[in-house]
Amino acid sequence: MNRRDFVKTTGALVVGLAANDSLFARLAQSPGPYPDLDFLQLDSWIVIRADNTATFFVGKTDLGQGTGTAFRQIMSDELDIAFDKTSCVMGSTHNTVDQGGSGGSDALQTDGYPMRRVAAEARRVLLEMAAKQLGVPVSHLAVSDGVVSVTEDNTTGVGSLTYGDLIGGRQFNVTLSGKNTDTTTGIAKLKPVQEMKNVGKSPQRHDIPGKVDGTVKWAVDMTAPGMVHARNVKPPVAGATLVSINEASIRNIPGLVKVVSKGNYVAVVFEREENAIRAARQLKVEWKKPATAPFPSSENLFTYMRTATPSSTGKPVETGNVDAALANASTVIEAEYDVPFQGHTSIGPAHAMADPSNGQMTIYTNDMKSYGMRNGVAQFLGMPRDQVRVIWMDGPQGYGRTAADDAGFEAAYLAKEIGRPVKVQWSRAEETAWDTKGPAYAVKMRGGLDAQGNVVALHYDACAADHNHLGYNEHETVLISQLMGTRKSPVSQGRASLPSDMYAIANRKSTTRVVPLPMPFETPLRTGNLRDPDGPQVQFALESFIDELAHKAKADPVEFRLRMLQASTQDDSGFKRARSIACIKAAAEKFGWDPRPSPRGDKPSGLSGDILTGRGIAYAYRSQTVVATIVEVEVNKQTGRIWAKRIVVAHDCGLVINPEALVRVVEAGALYGLSRALHEEVKFDAEKVTSVDWVTHPTLRHEDTPERIDVVIVNGDPNPNRPDLQHYGAGETMVKPMLAAVANAVFDATGVRMRRVPFATRGSLRR
Amino acid sequence: MANITLRVNGKAHTVDVEPSTPLLYVLRNDLDLSGPRFGCGLGQCGACTVLLKGEAVRSCIRPVSAVGNDEITTLEGLAQNGKLHPIQQAWIDEQVPQCGFCQNGQILTAKALLDKTPNPTDAQIRQGMNGTLCRCMTYYRINAAIKRAAKVMA
Repeated sequence: MNRRDFVKTTGALVVGLAANDSLFARLAQSPGPYPDLDFLQLDSWIVIRADNTATFFVGKTDLGQGTGTAFRQIMSDELDIAFDKTSCVMGSTHNTVDQGGSGGSDALQTDGYPMRRVAAEARRVLLEMAAKQLGVPVSHLAVSDGVVSVTEDNTTGVGSLTYGDLIGGRQFNVTLSGKNTDTTTGIAKLKPVQEMKNVGKSPQRHDIPGKVDGTVKWAVDMTAPGMVHARNVKPPVAGATLVSINEASIRNIPGLVKVVSKGNYVAVVFEREENAIRAARQLKVEWKKPATAPFPSSENLFTYMRTATPSSTGKPVETGNVDAALANASTVIEAEYDVPFQGHTSIGPAHAMADPSNGQMTIYTNDMKSYGMRNGVAQFLGMPRDQVRVIWMDGPQGYGRTAADDAGFEAAYLAKEIGRPVKVQWSRAEETAWDTKGPAYAVKMRGGLDAQGNVVALHYDACAADHNHLGYNEHETVLISQLMGTRKSPVSQGRASLPSDMYAIANRKSTTRVVPLPMPFETPLRTGNLRDPDGPQVQFALESFIDELAHKAKADPVEFRLRMLQASTQDDSGFKRARSIACIKAAAEKFGWDPRPSPRGDKPSGLSGDILTGRGIAYAYRSQTVVATIVEVEVNKQTGRIWAKRIVVAHDCGLVINPEALVRVVEAGALYGLSRALHEEVKFDAEKVTSVDWVTHPTLRHEDTPERIDVVIVNGDPNPNRPDLQHYGAGETMVKPMLAAVANAVFDATGVRMRRVPFATRGSLRR
Repeated sequence: MANITLRVNGKAHTVDVEPSTPLLYVLRNDLDLSGPRFGCGLGQCGACTVLLKGEAVRSCIRPVSAVGNDEITTLEGLAQNGKLHPIQQAWIDEQVPQCGFCQNGQILTAKALLDKTPNPTDAQIRQGMNGTLCRCMTYYRINAAIKRAAKVMA
């Protein structure tokens, strides 16, 4: 691929790139091999051109939440260059430092800091260069928008130099320090947040214009000379063994390149895509069913989980003595909450293109963890790491799916087999049935109240179906590897996670266990990281049960939560307790919360006979980000339809880089949580997943859109103007409280408690 | 295989393909148009939407032989004389997309909706857009962008 194609296809914002830009040329055009960039070299992170523009090289991937734009904001602030003179290149293994790609919403929270530090260091170095050239001390210099000028002796504007004048097209050759990418630093200090000009403003996301005018090249659009099209042929039932393939059955379809099979992995490769699709359907393959059922049916899942022998057990966590406190409590209640497997079900099924040219392997992919894929593919194919290059490009919603990105491995394997560039595209049925799943949870809660209605004991007992949780593009765990017979040993134990809240409850216990399904490998029910991997499941149980306790205490659900948060004055280093209180208060204020116990019990005037209405609150944190959400629902008691009419999300992620982009992420993320609350469940019989399309796996639709969503940006830090206010992640936390907030609102409206996700298909609301 | 002539974004193209080939693959692989995207191949999600005589249709289930001489407009053909269509501009002004993969279908379905219903209510937007899925759940902003575009186009 020539440089022009590279620039075009990566969508890299390298407008104005000088032809003699030696560093960029080295990074982008090499035919391979592709050694790692040295994270201790400033030149690995920042390039400044003669025209006074800068490009930042970021080892993260932007899944459509605007992190690329945010990196430009924080880095242009630290560098002191105009935001619109900057661009950024993200996530490709040969031209960005390995910062791990995306995961855990850590782009700004973790990686924002080294990026700010290297930009600040570049500024420091440039000022020293300017001081030398202008013959004045650095203390006599000021810099604005990439122009350094002398401030003393009324000579402002006389001697000024641009960054482009100082370094344009040349390398810094400055060595940094740090043990790893997260701690990379120079000598320069970070700016106080009050001095950051672009932070807190809302420049538009740079990736959006290309996405609405059709000019962006997505990973799925990549082609190469001689490229062929592949489709997988999956086992018809889980655990089936390949017996034979009848290649004659597709002889009438033109353009066959090869039928590839190894172990239970089967793919057809054709010159034209439509013929590959046809052949994948038509190919006659004999499979042998497994002797025993690979899993229980989804109908029986929770019974199975509650009785299965655990594969691992978490260490119990207890403060006080829960059993003794429950024995002495005035009121004791218990309840069980079930969350099924939920899929990623990306709008675009898995895909990738791999090109074996020049003896290298280049993979074009939307893999959020491109660096992990590079390592995984190198091991999978037995190639030296530096001969594998992964070029990250835009793709459909990832949210964890592409942390275990099967298609990239498949494309690379097939490209090596065939010796031509290969594009792999999964079908809808394949994706919905075989993508990675968020683990199912079966939770039992017990709690006790004293005579005054205070919570005196709480026991959280969780069981997660999460045995053999997938790794990050580990070559032994991706599906093609499993189908070819690889068995990672020992397998990942998975986990059952703990609730995330700052409630002060004197006696509290958490017990957890993981149960395996009968068939741990080659299964469509393989668990992976689904947007906040298990927070929504866990918090559904916790925050629903807190609501049940508030009901028993005849307390207002907001007041009841605040009472538990205010029962202690101790806080953690991130002030999560104070910020939890601030978020709940902010949500209640924005909503216009009218304090009273649930359920509502009366009916507001003006609603038609079948409509009931109610509101519910739930709250959560993830890492350091705190969210409180209030949902107002209308429930139709004839049809059982639940409509979230209004949503208020109070959101504290510390320092906000781009408020408008944040609001968009939170709005959409809250609706994603709503989709999981109302609609989403992976269904299966005892041999295969039966959720295979958008009919059998429903999702939120336009008809579910709330009338109004309010996002309240909260800064609940006790010292809100601190100069080092941290920027925390914002990609996932809003999903977490959504399931319980909807369930609590339905209870307020109807008096019916939703203890099994999803709610929309349950019949209990029809009365 | 057969020679089939398509009129796409104001230009005629002749391709040699099986007549049963879904329009989507001809647009993407033969005409190098990447606006329409594969999402399901079943006509359920709308990612592959194109305008056919102004109607929003699912190119993944429309055989190329059934298109005839009717004008096809893809996302790439919506801008006129280098100026974005007001719907596209509204999408930027409202900062609608998250990942953006479905937005081809959202924008073109909105175009067909607004052509028929220039000033839609919330209920008409929900109904008219309901078959076009977004897994990032940008529905709320899509609603706002459609109303913004309607105002500009009025």
